[in-house]
Amino acid sequence: MDMPPPNPAILARKSELVARLHRALPSDAVISDPAETRVYECDALTAYKCAPMAVVLPGSTQEVAEALRICHEMSVPVVPRGAGTSLAGGALPSADSVILGVARLTEVLETDYENRFIRVQTGRTNLSVTGAVETEGFFYAPDPSSQLACAIAGNIAMNSGGAHCLKYGVTTNNLMGVTMVLMDGTVIELGGAHLDAAGYDLLGLICGSEGQLGVVTEATLRILHKPEGARPVLIGFDSNEVAGHCVSDIIKAGVLPVAIEFMDRPCIRACEAFAGAGYPDCEALLIVEVEGSDAEIDEQLETIIEIARAHDPVELRQSNSAEESARIWLGRKSAFGAMGQINDYMCLDGTIPVSQLPHVLKRIGEMSGEFGLDVANVFHAGDGNMHPLILFDANKPGDLERCEAFGAAILKLCVEVGGCLTGEHGVGIEKRDLMIDQYAPEDLEIQMAVKDVFDPGWLLNPAKVFPLQSSAARRDAAA
Amino acid sequence: MKTMEPESEAELAAILAGAEAPFRVQGGGTRPVGGARDGVPLTTRRLSGITLYEPGALTMVARAGTPLAEIEATLAAEGQRLAFEPMDHRGLLGTSGEPTIGGVFAANVSGPRRIQVGAARDFLLGVRFVDGRGQVIRNGGRVMKNVTGYDLVKLMAGSFGTLGVLTELSFKVLPGAKSAGTVEITGQDDASAITALSRALASPFEVSGAAHLPGGGDGPARTLIRLEGSQGSVAYRAGRLQEALAQFGDLGFDHDGEAVAGIWRDLRDLRRFHGRDGDVWRLSVKPSDAPGIVAALPGSEAIYDWGGGLVWLLVPRGTAPAKIRTPLAETGGHATRIRGEAGGGTFQPLPAPVAALQEGLRRKFDPRGLLNPGLMDGPAQMASD
Repeated sequence: MDMPPPNPAILARKSELVARLHRALPSDAVISDPAETRVYECDALTAYKCAPMAVVLPGSTQEVAEALRICHEMSVPVVPRGAGTSLAGGALPSADSVILGVARLTEVLETDYENRFIRVQTGRTNLSVTGAVETEGFFYAPDPSSQLACAIAGNIAMNSGGAHCLKYGVTTNNLMGVTMVLMDGTVIELGGAHLDAAGYDLLGLICGSEGQLGVVTEATLRILHKPEGARPVLIGFDSNEVAGHCVSDIIKAGVLPVAIEFMDRPCIRACEAFAGAGYPDCEALLIVEVEGSDAEIDEQLETIIEIARAHDPVELRQSNSAEESARIWLGRKSAFGAMGQINDYMCLDGTIPVSQLPHVLKRIGEMSGEFGLDVANVFHAGDGNMHPLILFDANKPGDLERCEAFGAAILKLCVEVGGCLTGEHGVGIEKRDLMIDQYAPEDLEIQMAVKDVFDPGWLLNPAKVFPLQSSAARRDAAA
Repeated sequence: MKTMEPESEAELAAILAGAEAPFRVQGGGTRPVGGARDGVPLTTRRLSGITLYEPGALTMVARAGTPLAEIEATLAAEGQRLAFEPMDHRGLLGTSGEPTIGGVFAANVSGPRRIQVGAARDFLLGVRFVDGRGQVIRNGGRVMKNVTGYDLVKLMAGSFGTLGVLTELSFKVLPGAKSAGTVEITGQDDASAITALSRALASPFEVSGAAHLPGGGDGPARTLIRLEGSQGSVAYRAGRLQEALAQFGDLGFDHDGEAVAGIWRDLRDLRRFHGRDGDVWRLSVKPSDAPGIVAALPGSEAIYDWGGGLVWLLVPRGTAPAKIRTPLAETGGHATRIRGEAGGGTFQPLPAPVAALQEGLRRKFDPRGLLNPGLMDGPAQMASD
């Protein structure tokens, strides 16, 4: 994965830039010592590293605006950063960029249970948004697996999902309003405590724009009352295909589970070895969770079990208590840890139409042989969002490249069957150059034209999302 | 003026690429929000047909001109539906013809269930459209989770054909409900009705409709809470809500399928305002602000939906937009005129920097100003209203 070379003219402006930032911001909000900026050299896509020229950590929307205005005047690229948990390299700096981190913006600004929203500063972590409202029985629905660490700013930038989006939607469906700073320092408000903002749906447009259109400093988020309860059923099958049909039949039957998780044999075995959750040794496992009162849960599980029985499951285990639920989830929740113990792994994020599940799993199995790398599949089956985990050895020369080639082949397959490159992680640098496999040049051109409107100088996170070749003219014009 | 009715996306693209004069873009023409406009009528109604339906994946793909009725019938045959419950504007606006799926999404039309499941825009997964330069553009796809590139799908939803002419849409559908019931409170004033609805919506009981019809000529005020699901589940949740809302007096519970469907259909389509003289405005506000806003507009008649977050106002014909929007300056929210004299002021004026972004996008998508000029226009024109 290439990054454009740093612009020497910008590097030459470093001392002037740092001096101006220091004048405008509190002294501890500007970091320029190379020993300290190294902390920001990568996000969770750790294969790629590059320390930025400087880091700013503003403590208010006004300070964000000041910092952006200075960078804008000096034509310095800015890479916004939430908590740095991006798996796609969304917060990877370039050597001639300033990292703008929202880590100090963590306040809850308003909670309103009557109108069911919370307004927070966007450096706040996803889980602590729920933490702020759970004593009243409420929660914030999007739940990416990094929710303990990831920030709302990053959730908005990547339109993050989670395991429960089959029922509750992803970030864009739960975002009611934002305060956002444009690259030139202009502060705008979109939406608020009401539904469906006025004018064009700019809120929908900026959600998932990977920090390329503006820096979101405050967000109004929809909160919901927690369900009375939730319990899963675990269903094992001796073929992926049958498991796929079962998913489809459950959905068709009119039950809408809150989550349908799918694990294949390599994943089941790894989880079992790691966590000892008592999973059967079978080809495919489904964990289907439903919500409601006890009686409502029983009724829904009964329907699901009846459907599953028609598909000849090798195992059927209904949870009747919190302990049994925890046991069923134990293996699934330790999947990533289990994989990490076996080897280095790369986690993919393509989405496919649910009907293509058996075909895609079969092809991934075949490709695993062709590339000579093992792969385990664990994913949100209800919405077709796959997370193949490709195992490789980072210390073995050539393995990372082989792994990336395998990953690219899987993602192209996702597109080929009617799906997409990324369901919830974002494009970042990781899938940037695959965009031409999903979109025609004019489809990309109009997306870049959107960036032209918000950030005419292409200073915000410029080398992400679009293939470098496609964005070259615009980035060069800016430099 | 002869209506342009392209029969294919390619024909539409050729028309727009070679065009010299503006168009009035429409689907079935049943929702002429913003009143009469200049331009040659251009309809997508011949771009019709469902191209893909996978009930097991909860997804459908259809060309923009496909009649809504055809889509709803196809879904119903599999026990599924458009969960966002799009309103039928014909009764309110006195229009005829067939609403199209393209029109539904272009106007982001959502009904009472929006409060639970989201708006039309939340269900739209992918679009194909022809922009003002005559280019065919694709964005999104047909899968439920997709963050590949910018979300132009959301941008197109609710842009009223000003950025491009939609040709094909893919969208998420949901299972229909096995049964439905309405918990009803009678005789509440607006403020306590909204309080009751807020309490219901802040419960774990998955309310799928929360509306208030103030008292008037045809009887006392009715506050309505819809529950959907299996019969046992609906009855259980109705019981729990009746307990939780006991302070609001005797709560009725209706679970007659036909009757429940009828009440919510009438509410969705604003039947109460049909055949009545006056302009109709649609306000999106913070629910608890709604009763105060209505009280600040004497002479108006309100219907509250979305727990108070959506207010429909029937006001005397020709009421100035500024009058409707004055209370919103304090509270936030926005107002759109859905029925009334043609002219400016239909859409909420936007703050200057946001209006500039909107105008900038419009110039990129439609540099020659061919698509619905005058609709959703910038602040300068609106300020003169």
